[in-house]
Amino acid sequence: MSEQGTPGRIPVVEKLLTANEQVAADNRDYFAARHVTVINIMASPGAGKTTLLLATIEALPERRIGVIEGDVASQIDAEKIAETGAPVVQINTGGACHLDAPMIRRALPALPLDDLEMVFVENVGNLICPVSFDLGQSYNVALLSIPEGDDKPYKYPGIFEAVDLVIVTKWDLHPYLDFDLDRFTELVHGLNPDAPVLCLSAKTGEGLRDWLHWLEARLG
Amino acid sequence: MHELPVTEDILRIVADHAQKAGATRVTHINLVIGELTSFIDDSIQFYFEMLSPGTPAEGATLRFQRVKTRFRCRQCTREFEPEGRNWTCPACGALGGDVIAGKEFYVESIEVT
Repeated sequence: MSEQGTPGRIPVVEKLLTANEQVAADNRDYFAARHVTVINIMASPGAGKTTLLLATIEALPERRIGVIEGDVASQIDAEKIAETGAPVVQINTGGACHLDAPMIRRALPALPLDDLEMVFVENVGNLICPVSFDLGQSYNVALLSIPEGDDKPYKYPGIFEAVDLVIVTKWDLHPYLDFDLDRFTELVHGLNPDAPVLCLSAKTGEGLRDWLHWLEARLG
Repeated sequence: MHELPVTEDILRIVADHAQKAGATRVTHINLVIGELTSFIDDSIQFYFEMLSPGTPAEGATLRFQRVKTRFRCRQCTREFEPEGRNWTCPACGALGGDVIAGKEFYVESIEVT
């Protein structure tokens, strides 16, 4: 018999997923001890995560950048990153739709963290699940490509509420598609007034400078 | 997919609290899940039926209390539930607000014999 509440009912009020949060906190300490800034990139499949990372690595040759690639299967993205010379480790989640903190912990020995300033984590392409799993990152960034549409904050509020920066990618397509940037920005700021919304095209380089400034401001 | 570790977590928490209470059988597990979380009742139920046999939670009924997303208007502090494309504060017309509910994800209580 429980001591509180109705007979037979035991109040619990215990959060779920705390095991992930504990590992995420360990990861955060591990990164902090090495002065590594970790950026968790979340977006739909095909939004341009890998393309943006390639352009970023190329634009910041003096910065020591590593990458953790998360995908359900394949080494395709890691191979592309490796061609730049940046240290990269591929995590295959084997079906899971997001990365979690223990996966990041297992990947860490494969990166020369003592020699890095910044690590990008490219999460599994998905606007829903990655938000629920803290990895130990310093910052969360969401990418949304123009073809996905300006109404996505209505459908996936969780991600836009959780991030520190929103990047509209494939901006070179905006003359051809009906993407209302003012409407999109208004919705993002309705949820999250502190998150800047940047537009860029990793293909043409337009707008890339704003993103690089945002990054540089978060490095030592 | 990610409901598997979640269900393992539920079973651990339930076994822990049932044991502390000296209960022999858990009849109900009351979960609170906000609609902004990405966890699906049916999927938790599926893994629960797979994993609970042989634990104190075997045969228990899962009850899911879903919590709707709630905004607090940043202009006038009115609290309201957004509905689809209507994120407008009913009091002052401002768009959106701070999310004050919808992210819950916990075991609220268990019922035991």
